[in-house]
Amino acid sequence: MQEVIKKRAIELLSDGTVTRVLGWKKGEFAYDVTPAVFETAEEIERDFVYDDFTAANVSKYLMKETAKAEGKVLAFLKPCDTYSFNQLVTEHKINREKTYLIGIPCEGKADVNKIKAAGAEGIVGIRAEGDNFVVETLYGDVTAAKKDVMAERCLSCKSKKHTAYDELIGEDGEVIPDCGRFDLVEKLEGMTSAERFEFWRGELSRCIRCNACRNVCPACTCEQCVFDNPNSGIAQKAAADTFEEKMFHIIRAYHVAGRCTDCGECSRVCPEQIPLHLLNRKFIKDMNELYGEYQAGEEEGVVSPLTSYTFDDCEPGVVHERGAE
Amino acid sequence: MMKFVAKDKLNGFFAAADAQLHLYIPTDDANGKAKYTRWQEGAVMSKALNTTRSAKDFFFPQTENLVEFKMSGKNIEIIDPRREHEDFAVFGVRACDAKSFEILDSVYLADPVDTYYKNRRDHGLVISMACTRPTETCFCGTFGIDAAEPVGDVVCYPTESGYFFDGKTEKGSAFLAKIADVFEDKAEDEVKAQKEATKKILAKLPLANLKADAFGGEGDKLMKFFNSPKWAELSEACIACGTCTFVCPTCQCYDIKDYDTGHGIKRFRCWDSCMYSDFTKMAHGNPRLTQVERFRQRFMHKLVYYPENNNGTMGCVGCGRCLASCPISMNIVKVMKALEGDK
Amino acid sequence: MSVNEKKDFTPTIVAFCCNWCSYAGADLSGTNRLQYPANVKIIRVPCSCRVNPMFILRAFQRGADGVIICGCHPGDCHYTTGNYYARRRMTMLFSMLDFLGIERNRTRLEWVSAAEGAKFAATMNDFVSQITELGPNRRLEDLRCRK
Repeated sequence: MQEVIKKRAIELLSDGTVTRVLGWKKGEFAYDVTPAVFETAEEIERDFVYDDFTAANVSKYLMKETAKAEGKVLAFLKPCDTYSFNQLVTEHKINREKTYLIGIPCEGKADVNKIKAAGAEGIVGIRAEGDNFVVETLYGDVTAAKKDVMAERCLSCKSKKHTAYDELIGEDGEVIPDCGRFDLVEKLEGMTSAERFEFWRGELSRCIRCNACRNVCPACTCEQCVFDNPNSGIAQKAAADTFEEKMFHIIRAYHVAGRCTDCGECSRVCPEQIPLHLLNRKFIKDMNELYGEYQAGEEEGVVSPLTSYTFDDCEPGVVHERGAE
Repeated sequence: MMKFVAKDKLNGFFAAADAQLHLYIPTDDANGKAKYTRWQEGAVMSKALNTTRSAKDFFFPQTENLVEFKMSGKNIEIIDPRREHEDFAVFGVRACDAKSFEILDSVYLADPVDTYYKNRRDHGLVISMACTRPTETCFCGTFGIDAAEPVGDVVCYPTESGYFFDGKTEKGSAFLAKIADVFEDKAEDEVKAQKEATKKILAKLPLANLKADAFGGEGDKLMKFFNSPKWAELSEACIACGTCTFVCPTCQCYDIKDYDTGHGIKRFRCWDSCMYSDFTKMAHGNPRLTQVERFRQRFMHKLVYYPENNNGTMGCVGCGRCLASCPISMNIVKVMKALEGDK
Repeated sequence: MSVNEKKDFTPTIVAFCCNWCSYAGADLSGTNRLQYPANVKIIRVPCSCRVNPMFILRAFQRGADGVIICGCHPGDCHYTTGNYYARRRMTMLFSMLDFLGIERNRTRLEWVSAAEGAKFAATMNDFVSQITELGPNRRLEDLRCRK
């Protein structure tokens, strides 16, 4: 797959269709790839990578790239990345005219933290063999089943279908309605209020307020975040009190509600592995249940549930009446 | 002969130590992430090579109150929240983190002394632990640190059979003397053998050959690195989060803010990150307006400015936390390799 | 929470009232000499949809034990549609607070028209007794603001 992608990138670059290619660049180890913009065929030949570790959603970088004056940029998007792309186009953050999209298939990405947790210390090489990864380490080889070390978000992948592309490499997939992505949210909803409070206190108390969840998010596109604005009265660089942990995470999730495509980048990048996507999924689940099924980024130009209304919407009291207290 | 605690007796050592002072050891939390927690009966030491957050938190916490003001009518009461810190010990500090304290010291204990930091430092005992299973992200050797021979008040050398202890400072030796009962004497051959074995692994690390010689501040290096055209490309993917700075054991920048409680002010400081848009924001504005400049600041500080001001000592200890946690896997190793061509 | 804490507890309530209906409703309840507790602090907003979720969180941060938002009845918004948006937004926020384990009865949304002085007083009395029953806000408070 990687070679097919590289070949097509070089073709489009050399025939002048695009001037730049957005993809992933290989790193020091087997797994530490960095999103990168390539401008020459040599760079692509040398550094371009597409494998089990190219998890980063590159659609947000298109905001910066399409704002540049010159030429078109070629982007390779996985199915979940195309949802983010559509949403950004809907919000006029990306100039569609300046992009050339190639949809590429994705069978789920690996989470190196899970590989490490499976006992691989001192990783010097990783190769895929059938359904397994053989991880070569300083202390001997470790074999891990791909499904056991797959990223959490990929285990409940909502769609293998590309919602935006100019051309496709490989076959397009389907939306997966029974992906089980709300299972954990439901489990939490089933707990008592006190249990939920304890659960989130345990999770959110680990937050180091690095802002990675916010900054990586393709829906977080404010020029200046309220938490960075010294004039907002609530700017914070660290959670000085447990209240501030909650406030940041409520507002982060709330501000992208209706625009969050559930790409899962927030949880992927969290250095403390806090399941932040659960907050976003709670909003998605609520909107689906109360205002009808809606998937952000499914189509360009769709109005989100929080920027519309109907005359006979439920009253907020509905949340006070359901489930356990 | 060295002081020795057998593998199954480690808990006895912890109990004895905790009876003397507050003991913190690395443990795994519910999600399997290692962090320092106060020892208590039944606590199990983490098997992880290192904690997710560094040990600098003990001496330089993420937030701390500096002073409080209380208003009542036209009176303002000024409250100094500083109290004599209780004695505590941190067990299991790796060579990289142990070395990072020297870097923090050179900033916070230099005149004018930071009394908040000094208070913790004076009451803290560092029990470092030699590494036996370094991992691929380790590159402390690049900065002249020997993972098998860390610095610290007390050094613990783990071997197959147990743990050897050696007091390296007066404070450390005095501490070991107080709990002498938990130790037995044992010949140190095992320690030597383990060091040799560790050295062999260290030589095989993927970053074993990374050198920092090209960096530092002497001559025309500063402007050369500062003006390097490579920064734009290196910082291109940076999402401007503060992960690298907050997991870093040597990042020492902080911001001071006033929090209005409605009935007074709490003036506190918290870690700052050069990756943030409001880093070093002053009345006139911000001196680093783009992410390229802010990104450059972090690496120039570690590799050029700090060594220039501190006789060539580098501002990085090679713990590898930033390599493991950067969301887009851009890190100091990649920066060093890219810039080396500019020397 | 200790028994004593509950007994001596007088809750602080923040009520965000829309200028056109609910604030006038509060006025009317005053001119009609209807009683509601003095610990309800009214903050006038141009429309219920002006209430940013941050307002509610910050009210809790600064010591509120309960927050209520009052606006024009659906269909009566001075700006035609503001309260329809507020209804969805507050539903989402209340649900999220509940999801995080914050007591669900600490927040409420009520529609109070300019003619409903009696409803305003009754709503406030009911909300105050509900919050008194719940006790002080401990799950969503900022310890630094505690007196």
